[in-house]
Amino acid sequence: MSSTIKSPWLIHYDASSCNGCDIEVLACLTPMYDVERFGIINTGNPKHADIFLVTGSVNERNISVVRQIYEQMLEPKVVIACGICACSGGIFKECYNTLGGVDVAIPVDVYAPGCAVRPEAIIDAVVCGLGVLEEKRAALAAGELPPAELPELPTAADKQLDGVSVRDAAAAELHAEIRDE
Amino acid sequence: MTWQSFLLALLGFGLLGPVVGCLLAGIDRKLTARLQNRVGPPLLQPYYDVRKLLAKDQVQVNRYQGFYVALALGFAIAAGVLFFAGGNFLLVAFIVTLSSLFFIVAAYSTRSPYAELGAEREIVQVMSYEPMVLLACVAFFIGSGSFNTIQVLTLDKPLVATLPLVFIGLVFILTIKLRKSPFDLSYSHHAHQELVKGISTEMSGRTLAMVEIMHWYETVLFLGWVALFLAWGSWLGAVVAVVGVLLVYFLEVLIDNTYARVKWQLMLKASWIVTFVCVLLNLFAYEWLSRLVSSLVTG
Ligand code: SF4
Repeated sequence: MSSTIKSPWLIHYDASSCNGCDIEVLACLTPMYDVERFGIINTGNPKHADIFLVTGSVNERNISVVRQIYEQMLEPKVVIACGICACSGGIFKECYNTLGGVDVAIPVDVYAPGCAVRPEAIIDAVVCGLGVLEEKRAALAAGELPPAELPELPTAADKQLDGVSVRDAAAAELHAEIRDE
Repeated sequence: MTWQSFLLALLGFGLLGPVVGCLLAGIDRKLTARLQNRVGPPLLQPYYDVRKLLAKDQVQVNRYQGFYVALALGFAIAAGVLFFAGGNFLLVAFIVTLSSLFFIVAAYSTRSPYAELGAEREIVQVMSYEPMVLLACVAFFIGSGSFNTIQVLTLDKPLVATLPLVFIGLVFILTIKLRKSPFDLSYSHHAHQELVKGISTEMSGRTLAMVEIMHWYETVLFLGWVALFLAWGSWLGAVVAVVGVLLVYFLEVLIDNTYARVKWQLMLKASWIVTFVCVLLNLFAYEWLSRLVSSLVTG
């Protein structure tokens, strides 16, 4: 067992969460759950962090922020999507500005569902992420860690609603209006 | 200072320094957790942290930062070796300052706004504690008759007996030197999100590991300064010094956990007032008493 999984430092980013999940993340640091038992520290600095906790769905405005924080983190790193919003967009999925879960911006390693996600589920997800972290560390030490595959950043106009993109739907609507006149 | 004592200090401080410092840091985190009614990390957590940092991908923001941090670490070790070899206390103080200056330059070299803010705060911290450090050296000279720390072995009673206020002043600025609340302005393990991560914002991987190791060395060195005022030339003196140092360290952790961070203005004012009041009162009283004693003896 290497030291990497004994000292996972976190960075937590609130994409566009309703704050329910954020409070649960902070609850993990309280004496009740005390994640520092596992050497976990909430750093707030991407350059120090090993694990990226994202709460809330990703939208047009913050997708680049999520991507930038991810890119500033050094390998080995793990991304955990906390809460159903971060996993898939959750109840905000159909919103005009919501692009979806965290995986539209960066590769996600562990999904922790729940609304709000329970502190136990977060701790479980982090411990699960440690396995991935250790694999990546071993790969990095052997010089075999492939560069992360980053998806192309979508925009809200490309969003698919009922099988059509928002842009196509808007164009069709405009055409219909012109035709009717 | 003979070359034997130098060699002994080089081996002793160079190898045992980080071990003791790491354990002290672990005790600090464990105590902090217990004071907050938490279980806390394992005792060796600081060691795991450093091992992890060394295993991270090595990416530098520029070519200079790592070099400056390595210099800061080197000078911190040099100061400690000189100190424990019985060398000149004043020189030790200057080398330690040089070490902190290189640390500041390392943060400035990144041009990151957060690191620069941390560096500026670190400068204010240096300004706050430096007068007391220098005056502590002077007080040590007045009390023991030499700047060489080895002189402490010739004393028949601890310096704290004659210089109690200087000792209090030294413990006061120790809070700044060890980066503890309420004076942890530039960098702290506990102020989670503030200004990203202060002076160490742009440091990562191996560079950050060097910073952590430097803190271990520094903790041992600064506690050595405290021991200097508690020890005298006997075995009992050594025991008293060790117990005293551990008590002072516990006090620092306690203060760390019971006070919120203050603004830099208050830190600067408080430390200068404490410094000058303590040192001047103590040195005048000391002069006056020794004159009185000598006039009584001769008179
Ligand atoms: S999963 Fe629920 S609690 Fe969490 S951010 Fe979404 S709506 Fe809020």
